[in-house]
Formats: sequence, structure tokens, C-alpha cells
Amino acid sequence: MGYLPHTEDELRAMLRRIGVEHADDLLLASVPRAYAFPEIDLPEPVSEMEIMTELREMSEANTDLQRVPCFLGAGAYHHFVPSVVDHVLGRSEFYTAYTPYQPEMSQGTLQAIFEYQSMICALTGMEVSNASHYDGATAMAEAVIMAISVWRGRRRKVVMSPTIHPEYRETVRTYTQGMDIAIIGDYSLGNDIPALVDMVDGDTACLIVQNPDFLGRILDLSGLAERVHAHKALLVVACDPISLGMLKPPGDYDADIALGEGQPLGNAISYGGPYIGFFTCKKRYVRRMAGRLVGQTVDAEGKRGFVLTLATREQHIRRERATSNICTNQALNALAAAVYLAAMGKSGLAQVARLCYHKAHYAANAIALLDGYDVDLAVPFFREFVVRCPIPVADLNQDLYESYGILGGYDLGQVYPELEDHMLISVTEMNTRQEIDELVEALEGIVR
Amino acid sequence: MGVQVDPECLYTETHEWIRVEGDYGYVGITDYAQEQLSDIVYVEVPEGGDAFAKGEVFCVVESVKAASDCYLPVGGEILEVNGQLEDSPDLVNTDPYGEGWFVKISVDDTDELDDLMDAEAYAEFAEQAEEEGGP
Amino acid sequence: MTEPIIYELSAPGRRAVSLPVLDVAPSDLPPTMLLRDGLDLPEVSELDLVRHYVHLSQLNHGVDVGFYPLGSCTMKYSPKVNEDASRLSGFAATHPYQPEESVQGNLRLMYELQEFLKSLSGFDGVSLQPAAGAQGELTGVLMMRAYHQSRGDARRNVLLIPDSAHGTNPASTTMAGFEMVELKSDARGNVALDDLAAHLSDRIAGMMLTNPNTLGLFDQNLLQVTRLVHEAGGLMYGDGANFNALMGVVKPAELGFDLMHFNLHKTFSTPHGGGGPGSGPVGATVALDEFLPGPIVVSETTLLDAVTGERLPEDAVDGEQDMGVEGLWYRLWMPRRSIGRVKSFYGHFGVCVKAYTYIRMLGAAGLTDVSRMAVLNANYLQAILKEAYPLPYDRVCMHEFVLEGRVEGAPDVRALDICKRLIDFGIHPPTNYFPLIVPEALMIEPTETESKQTLDHFAETMIRIAQEARENPQLLHDAPVNAPVRRLDEVRAARRLVLRWEG
Repeated sequence: MGYLPHTEDELRAMLRRIGVEHADDLLLASVPRAYAFPEIDLPEPVSEMEIMTELREMSEANTDLQRVPCFLGAGAYHHFVPSVVDHVLGRSEFYTAYTPYQPEMSQGTLQAIFEYQSMICALTGMEVSNASHYDGATAMAEAVIMAISVWRGRRRKVVMSPTIHPEYRETVRTYTQGMDIAIIGDYSLGNDIPALVDMVDGDTACLIVQNPDFLGRILDLSGLAERVHAHKALLVVACDPISLGMLKPPGDYDADIALGEGQPLGNAISYGGPYIGFFTCKKRYVRRMAGRLVGQTVDAEGKRGFVLTLATREQHIRRERATSNICTNQALNALAAAVYLAAMGKSGLAQVARLCYHKAHYAANAIALLDGYDVDLAVPFFREFVVRCPIPVADLNQDLYESYGILGGYDLGQVYPELEDHMLISVTEMNTRQEIDELVEALEGIVR
Repeated sequence: MGVQVDPECLYTETHEWIRVEGDYGYVGITDYAQEQLSDIVYVEVPEGGDAFAKGEVFCVVESVKAASDCYLPVGGEILEVNGQLEDSPDLVNTDPYGEGWFVKISVDDTDELDDLMDAEAYAEFAEQAEEEGGP
Repeated sequence: MTEPIIYELSAPGRRAVSLPVLDVAPSDLPPTMLLRDGLDLPEVSELDLVRHYVHLSQLNHGVDVGFYPLGSCTMKYSPKVNEDASRLSGFAATHPYQPEESVQGNLRLMYELQEFLKSLSGFDGVSLQPAAGAQGELTGVLMMRAYHQSRGDARRNVLLIPDSAHGTNPASTTMAGFEMVELKSDARGNVALDDLAAHLSDRIAGMMLTNPNTLGLFDQNLLQVTRLVHEAGGLMYGDGANFNALMGVVKPAELGFDLMHFNLHKTFSTPHGGGGPGSGPVGATVALDEFLPGPIVVSETTLLDAVTGERLPEDAVDGEQDMGVEGLWYRLWMPRRSIGRVKSFYGHFGVCVKAYTYIRMLGAAGLTDVSRMAVLNANYLQAILKEAYPLPYDRVCMHEFVLEGRVEGAPDVRALDICKRLIDFGIHPPTNYFPLIVPEALMIEPTETESKQTLDHFAETMIRIAQEARENPQLLHDAPVNAPVRRLDEVRAARRLVLRWEG
């Protein structure tokens, strides 16, 4: 099988033309004979019909979010994906194309990415967006590398907030392990914004914060950029794209780099990937920015067209001097994000944000009234909030799932020892009032 | 193929030129270099006040196809940067020894000039490089 | 026909999507200073939206539209069943932090894919986490670094990389804090052994090698190369971009590779998406697999409830135990001395589903046939085209080969012109100007899913273009004339940066 079109006659004609007896002669002319044609241990092949049956069964061994209410967030969110998104993504002219290195044959991809860049700039309030990174975590790692590069390697300290997603912080550390860079600030949950700013000095390349933070809280970052810039360091903000439907964007408070996880924009939650890291910066840093960039130009007849530009920053030209080794963007995921943003539009995204906000607050208020549960309602939050629970979160979640068929929130004790027995609950426009009421009843019922 | 040179300049093997005027020098890249790079799209210049040693990378020149490091012919401090390059990087292509200059530097140690080639020597050097196929 | 920018199609008040009305009492909004002031997104109807993207798609060339012989990219056909598989809601609608008992289907798929990749390559451990080939490379280099450091060998921070290597190789070494030394290739396209020997020392961390290389050639001295590097205390990293030539033919681990990345979007038929998402799993031998990025998936044999398939608790009483059957349970696990995670969550799961489906449908014999036919197709084209264009390395190639884009009797015609003229015939040009060691390079990889008719048509077109180059070169210099746009001004794009819609 293998989607091979060759007939016996064609094979014979081709072999004749090449001048060999058997196709294997070609292989044996290249590879060391002693190692040729090893035994490969794989299951016997199956037909399309059989594999789909098997995969259906395998997938049904999972519990999926279409069947149970989900209050789990923590960096991956269950949002509504309008059907138009998957239909556009299903156009195989988009998904079977390669990177648009031959622009005359790729204006579809190029213009779609240009529009994505434009919309992400509008969303974040920033001047320039690239064509995306793999996810929010790698986007953050690239931001650190970029800040170091802006300083031409002369500053080697990074101050990082403890309320940034733990996996983003781990990824930054993995990426920089060979780079002799000091990362401070995130070892203690007590390091709030004023404490972090105090750590910024003349050796700091950047300060990174997340807003809303990993605990769901909306931070007031006005004035922060000024204090960071006083030391000539960069301000990097990781933000949430749905929250930007209502919250002040990083561009408005003078961030130098704004990035985040774009999965909530039209991308399936898909057990963690593929996702998309959006990445924006101030125009004056554009040449230090990694990743692909689509620019507008004209063709030989003066017609508008689009090309990949500033490629000289990239690996295939600069090689060991490249801004990064990245060779891809998440083009199809970026397309999904663009279609989502265009479909929702100005008013739609604002409405999604408000639906999340009000439903989350409805849930928080109701849970706060329960005996044994504590919610700090004084802190502004967007769609996630922290609940102190009367029993360990793992036990609570097990009961919620097994007895009530509800996916509970994230166990913060895994990340912050001070937050043992604290759960991070996420509420989106997908959670109906009934689901929220049932969650509240369940939480009450479990500890009664 | 004749390699264009400016008789008043001294040259490096990495195709930069310096035209010394008293204690100062103007620095840029040669006609041969701009031809190899073809259309220049951007020149990443240093900031005034930055100091570099002889042979240190002080600047990056970008064309559509390549990005090249430029090495300072002699050690010095950047006194002035050619502001025209921001909007008109093509000056490097059209007038590499004149309007396409990159920086004006203080020359810290005039002895370092002795290692450089004069116009004639450089013209020979560049023609040789061209025959071998590129810098 | 220029397609308008989506913003140009907007009109105030239009919206494509309907949303439910708020079903709870609203709460107070945050203070105004935390709220945004206006949001400049398009406002279009669903019909205008769909027409816009359909028009855009029609401006694109894809494998589903026509021949796409991009060397090094493996533009093979992406089976539609893979797409359906990844969209099954049981896969697509699962949250990465769900309890393990609720995603055993996912974990089993990932575990089995890990095992398949091990079988094909001979490696002992695989991580599916790296998001793309380039990230797989960075992973590999960081693993080499961790390995040497664990043995107190911190001096080893130089990597050897052939001059034919893909740009991501040196870029990845720099990111890992290593230095690189470029090795020459010999006249037959192999790594020059004398150059290699001259650079071996106790500072060498190892070598990054693409094999077959970017010329499409299997290194004739490979076993010697890997032995020499090992003897010097270094490790061999394999860039697996060209694995489409090797499945069932050889196992890289047996040839001396210690680490390798796979490209699921090349070898394993997952679609390229216009530039992503890909997936770059990394395989490692037993000496190195404890450094793999994670989490990865491991399995354990355990007692499962015969009816529900759930794992029986450890303290299950005898009666319950009798109701159990032995089965496999899957869980996430961090390798003992992992270099750390290279991204959030576990990898491109949606892409892994597609690769899994492909491997299950083909099996060992099917995948071996894939490599066999990929190599056959490339050699067939090479045999025909070497009579029309210079072939710098005239030997049996593997799945791709490199020509010089020059035509005798047409000194002004270059690879660029030939490529642009191919566009006029509805054929995507081959990779050009790479590898750097061949001037005016044209790297051609037909893949195994193309028929003899398609290959013959491509060869005829290339020969015709060579003819045009001699008789009417202006046709090539002006090309393309049949595409949605003519040649685009890349200099202007870089000089006058317009990176977003400005109204």
C-alpha cells in the first residue's frame, strides 16, 4: 500500500531507464550490506476501515470535553471554535502547502499570515508581530534570547515572576541552560511586582511577568514599564488572547515584548498540541526578533503581494549567527487563529471575554459562600480564580470525576508548596449556568 | 573586471575601507563588497560612544540574501554614525566610498594603520578573490 | 486579481459568529484603568469570510494541487484518513492536565508511536515532545552537552558539522552554547575523512550529520565516520530529515548514531500546513535516553478491571482481583536526568495521531516500500535530467539529488530563472540555492507518492525550459507570467518594512 501509484509495467520501464535490475540494487549501492534490510518490529498493516474503527475505540477510551463539563484551565482552555474555522483549515491548498519560499505560488498562505500578524498587533496593541512560535512557552524562551541579543550579550540576568506558568519557566531554563544566564525572581511566591522591580538592575536584560497571571489575577501594570526602562531593561509580558477582548493590552502600557499562548483562538485543545505562540514587539527591535515575518511589497507589474522578509535573521542565511534556530511557524494554527479573530470580530471577541468573566465571577461568588471553601473575591480576576479547599485537591478531583462526572480544576499544590489544597478553577463561555450550579452542588456535597 | 577603489583609502582583507583625516577616520565597505552582497536593505550601525578593537565586529550589513559582519580596520571609538543609511541603505550600493560611509571613528593607535593595504594592493587582492569566486 | 485584505472587507456592525446570551447575573467589571479602549478587529459576515479564505486558498499551490519536488522537505501525499483520525473528538477534545485514567487512549497512542519510532531506528528511547525538527536538533545538542557534563567532561563544547548541513544545525549549536567547526565534503559528496581526522580532539562533543546528506547521498564512509567520532569520545547526532530513504533499509542506531530527530511532517506524511505545525521526536540510545526531554509515556503491566478497563487499586481485595485481567496501563514520566521540557505539555499530539495512523496502515513492509520507491523515483529523474543539466555528483542517489541550475549555451540563465519558469507550468520549483556547496543548486525530491506520469511530465518540462533558456532566455527572466503575481520585489519588502495592515 503506502499510497504508491507504480504499476508493474511502470516499475520495469523505470528500472530499465535507470539501468538496474531491481529497485533494491539502488539501495544496496548506497548502504553497507551488513546492515541492510534489518528486521523491523511493527504491527501488521491494516486497512483504512480497520484503523478508523480501532482509533475510534481508542479515542472513546478517553473522556473528552464534549461529554463532561470542564473547569480545568492552567494554560489550555476549552473555548468555542466556530465551525467556519475547521472548514477553512480543511482547504488542502492551505494544509498541503509548504513554507512560502516561492511567494508567487503561495500568496494564499502569505496573505493569511500577514492578516494574522495584523490582527495580533491589534489585539496586543503592539507594533510588530511575527508569524508565530511553537507555543507560549517557547515564545517566552525566544523573548529571553531576544532580550539578551538586544543587549548584545552584555547583560546576562533575567528577572522572572513566580506567577508565570510553571511550564513556561521550565522551558526558559531548558533553552538557556547552555547560555550562562542567571534567572531570578521566581523561586518565591512572595515576590510580587514591587519586589521583582527591585531586582532589576544594570545587569538585567529583561523583566518578565504574566497578565492575567497563572493564578488568574488581573495585574495593574501601569507604571511598570517606566521603572524597568529606567534600568534600560526590557519589559516582557505574557498575556492571554481571550482576556484581551476586554483587558488593557500590553502595548498600552509600553511593554517591549508581548507574547502568549494562542490556543484559545480557534485551536482544538488536542491534549496539549499543536498550539501556537504569538509574539509581538516594538518596531525598533524587529531585527532582533526570531521567527518568520511576512511583509507587503509589489510585483513586477506594481501589484500588491506578500513575501517572507528579513530572512537574513534566520537560520538558513545566518546559520550560526542566526537570531534563533527556528525553521517553522505554526502556520495552520495561525490560520485558525486568524479565522477565529475575523469570525468573532471586534464585537464577538469582546462578548466572549465578557461571557468568561461574568460566568467565572458567578462561580466564584457561589463557591465563596460554601462552608470550608475560601475564595479571595477582592483580587480582580478574568476567567480563573483560586479556591482554598477543605480536603486535598487530588481527592476532591477524584470524587468530582468519579461521582459527578465533572473535570475539576488544577491542583496548585503541585507548583507552589504554599498553595497546598488550593485549586485553580477555570470558567469559559462553554460552561453553562447549569454546569456551574452542578459544580457548586458537587463541591458542597463532597465535604458534607 | 575592474575593481573600483578610492586612492585615499586604506583597506582590510575583509573588504572594509578607512579614510584617515587627521585623528579621525571614516569607515565603510568597498565597492567589491557591495557588489557581492547586492541590494543592501539595512545597515545595523553601532551607537555613538561605543568603542571597538581592531578587527572587532562593529556593524552588520544586510541584503536580501545575506547578512555580513563588518570588522573595524583599526581600534577606535564611534564619533558619528551615518544617519542617511536608515532611510537610504542603497547609498552603500551606489556610493560606497562617499555617501555610503558607515561610521566616523577616532583612531586610537595610528600604528595599526600599517597593517592595512593601500588602494593598489587592495585592488589586486579583490580581483584575486573574484577569480576564486567570492570573498 | 488581488484579493482584498480582510480589513478591507469589513463594515461596522457586521459579525460572522453568534454567541449565547449571558445566562448568569453580571458582576461588576474591573476598574476602567484595567480595561481596553476599543479593539480593531475585522467585522465581516460569515459569507464574506468564507469567500475571502476560499479565494486565498486558490492562490496557493499545495501537494493536493500539483507536483512539489522540494528537496529536503519530503512533500509526499498526506492521506485524508490521518486528518479524520486527528479530529476524532476523543482525541481533539482532551485537556493535557486531565487525570491519566481519563486519557488512556491518548497515552497508549503516544506510547505505541514511541515504540514504532524505536523499531524503525534502533534507538532505545524516544521523546515525542520536540515540536519540530529544529527543536529536535536543539534537544539533541543539549542532550550531548548534558551527557558530557555528567561525565565531568565539560571541555567538550565543539560540534563538527559538514559544510552541506542545513542552517538549523549551526544555529542550534550556538543556542546550546557550543562552538562549531565546519567540515569539508570530498569530491564524491562524503564527509572528507582527512578533514574529520584533523579536527578530532578531546574538545569535540560530537558531530551532527544528515544521512543521506543534503546532496541525497548516503555517506560512503559512514561507519568509519561514526567510529572515528566515538573513538575520540564524541557523540553522533543524526539529522533525520532524510529518513524517508531509510525506513526498513537501515537502522541509524546500528550505524553508530547516538541520537536522532525524526520529522513526522516529512517522513510520516503529516501535512506541512503552509509552514507548520510539524513534529520532531528525538530518539536516543540507552546511554543517552535518560536525558530525553519530557514527560514521555511509559507503560506498566497491571491488573485492570475486566469490565471497565480501569486500573484496580493496589489494595483491591482478593475477590476484586479475580475480576481483573492483566493489561497495560500508561502514564507520563520524566526521564531520570532529563534536560528538561522543551515546550509546554507533551508535544504535538494532534500531529502524532496522524503519524500513528500512517504507520499502522503501512506496517514494516509498507514503510520499506515507501523508502524503496522514494529512492527509485529520485534515481529515475536523475537518470533523465542529468542529460539536460549538470549533475555534480554522478552516483546512485537516495531519495533526492542535486543538479546545477545552469544551461549550456545560456550563460545568463540561473537557478532562480529556471525555478520561476517552472511556476508557469504549475509545478512548484525544487529547493534552490541549497546546499551551499553546489552553486545554483536545485535539490529535487519527488517522493514515492508520485506516479511515472508526473515524473515524466516534470522531466519534459525541465528539458523544455533548458531549451527555452537557449532559444528565448527572456521567457525565463520574465517568469512567472502565469501565476497570480509576477516576481515580487523582495528588496523593497526588506527596505520598506510593512508587516501589518495599516489602513
